[in-house]
Amino acid sequence: MKHVITALVQNEPGVLAHVAGMFAARGFNIDSLVVGRTEDPDLSRMTIVVTADDRVLEQVRKQLAKIVTVVKVRDFENLSYVERDLMLIRVHTPPERRQEVIELVNLFRGRVVDVAKTNLMVELSGTEEKIEAFIDLVRPYGIRELARTGVIAMARGSQGEKMLTPDEDN
Amino acid sequence: MTKDKKMADESAGHIGQSGAQLFNDILIEEGVDTLFGFPGGMVLPIFDALYSSPIKFVLTRHEQGAIHMADGYARSTGKVGAVLATSGPGATNLVTGLANAHMDSIPMVAFCGQVRSALIGNDAFQEADMTGITRPITKHNFLVKRVEDLGRTMKQAFHLARTGRPGPVLVDIAVDATINKLTAEPDLAMRLPGYKPRTTGHIRQVKMAADAINAAQRPVLYVGGGVIASNASEALRAVAIKGNLPVTTTLMGMGAFDEANPLAMKMLGMHGTATANYAVQECDCLIAVGARFDDRVTGNVATFAPHAKIVHIDIDPTSISKNVVVDIPVVGDALDILQKMLEFIQPKERKEWLGRIDEWKKRYPMKYETNGSIKPQEVIEMLGKLTNHDAIVATGVGQHQMWAAQYYGWKKPRQAITSGGLGTMGFGVPAAIGAQFGNPGATVIDIDGDGSFSMTMVEVITAVQYKQPVKFVVLDNGYLGMVRQWQELFYGRRYSSVDHPCPDFVAIAEAFGARGICAKDRSELGDCINEALKHPGPVVLDCKVEPEENVYPMVPAGKSLHEMELGKLA
Repeated sequence: MKHVITALVQNEPGVLAHVAGMFAARGFNIDSLVVGRTEDPDLSRMTIVVTADDRVLEQVRKQLAKIVTVVKVRDFENLSYVERDLMLIRVHTPPERRQEVIELVNLFRGRVVDVAKTNLMVELSGTEEKIEAFIDLVRPYGIRELARTGVIAMARGSQGEKMLTPDEDN
Repeated sequence: MTKDKKMADESAGHIGQSGAQLFNDILIEEGVDTLFGFPGGMVLPIFDALYSSPIKFVLTRHEQGAIHMADGYARSTGKVGAVLATSGPGATNLVTGLANAHMDSIPMVAFCGQVRSALIGNDAFQEADMTGITRPITKHNFLVKRVEDLGRTMKQAFHLARTGRPGPVLVDIAVDATINKLTAEPDLAMRLPGYKPRTTGHIRQVKMAADAINAAQRPVLYVGGGVIASNASEALRAVAIKGNLPVTTTLMGMGAFDEANPLAMKMLGMHGTATANYAVQECDCLIAVGARFDDRVTGNVATFAPHAKIVHIDIDPTSISKNVVVDIPVVGDALDILQKMLEFIQPKERKEWLGRIDEWKKRYPMKYETNGSIKPQEVIEMLGKLTNHDAIVATGVGQHQMWAAQYYGWKKPRQAITSGGLGTMGFGVPAAIGAQFGNPGATVIDIDGDGSFSMTMVEVITAVQYKQPVKFVVLDNGYLGMVRQWQELFYGRRYSSVDHPCPDFVAIAEAFGARGICAKDRSELGDCINEALKHPGPVVLDCKVEPEENVYPMVPAGKSLHEMELGKLA
């Protein structure tokens, strides 16, 4: 099952290597991992998507929390949350098919950000499912290039206040 | 020493000091009295500061020796071990020792020099990416590039090493951070916002655990190194005795519970006693305290303690339900939890269960034949008797280690110094020397095999140089015995690269400046051991033992505990 976990980490060299190394050493699979700064310059936020059963997920959570430079870990299990993945995709579009592709982009509330003679660059954000549905639809036209940020996530409303820290856990 | 410490405290101001001088001051502040290590280019400024330091520096023959000494010092005293090496090869020679300490949760801070901060990443002479190399085998590590960060980082390192689940911390120091002078007072306040180890057990969980124990008909206490790390042996004894709970210990837990106590079942697992293994397989409540369900303990994990409700007391949340699904977890310091638990434990007679355990003890005693050559087991049994089971005993890794575990007769915490998790051959010699430094006047023995001893025997020179009267007892069977045993049992006696002809250990000992004694025959064994124990300096006692003796009981890899082979014990 797919799980989204976020970790607030100290903004220091080696933290990403530490987290990535822990996942590799313990055989946990990462679907995506995104790191970005937060409003606090000393802290960064990692959003990690893992596919694992409950027992493995529990270990992932605890092993993350155990890393000294990881300040807080939040697991979105049982929470309502918003997730976003941002994609840039260049689709092969000879002039006669350009309009069809633009229609698809509009249906998905994406934006055309670059137009060339035989291709369009599209910006699209949303859940992983939405992004993947779009990719499937434009695949027959020919995908020239594709880049995705991976998932970032945030809990809705005030339920996000409850966080898991090493000392609260058992 | 105390005068110097006072001076360090009084000179609260560090302005104008070099990083190396600050390094010395912080070590003293953190209570380091003995520093093991080896010099080199990138730590020259530190060695200059140590020249006039009250800290005793122990110069070893190899950095691996130094870090195992720091480890033996830490295990036997409970204090944080400290080791210092230079950059590059000096630092990489610490790697095995770090992994070893990490697996066994030993508090230690390892310092290594690093090339000048401006050169880091340029493949400079004697440069190695030590934080990269050691990240998975340390509790945490740091790279210090600026003198302003040195003091705080060192304080953080000691704090991390000694609190929570202890472990080794590496501090990699660029040489300019030790040369440069402090132009302002350094900020020494720790910044560890993500480090909050839970120390006190939740009372609700403690009560639940106690209820489960009280309700059990056939409980077993399964005790690991965590009880020793938290100095909880007394509390454990009180709980065991009040509830009449039989106790088995892991290799790391040896000494946490006096094996002379009638409730003691000694070690469990691959080479544990038949009693302990049968009891675990039949128990209806298994209470793990500071133990982590290692595969050498559980055997086939799917059939481990199949009837038991499992209570797990551990300070590390990641240990809970990692290998075995736990019914009642209690996270926190073993001492705190056991002390709280005591009042909830009901006294019970448990006549039937303890009677069954006594039957096993009578039916499957630890025994060996005493014909022919000296048996390794009898050397250890005799050592136990002649030292009143009171010595500090380090071991290497292999058959001799298992026999030491089975036959010495452990009675107090911090007397067994052995490489449990990593299984590091060569650990015994330096670990024993480190333990002797931490316990002047105590009898310290290294029970070793000829294979393990050969790996690090060069450190006997260090024992001689610093007049550390360690007794190195080599159970010399001319084989890499444990590998040979597996080849005998599982590979049809195809002995592949286990023949291990040894040099004259007596001559080597004498050449090193130690006393060398050789015991070839049963009739002289007692006298030889007594002579070694009485000698005021370091001794190598080479015991020529039965070459093809095997360690029993033995649970073959992947089998269940109750499927152990009893060998000659049957």
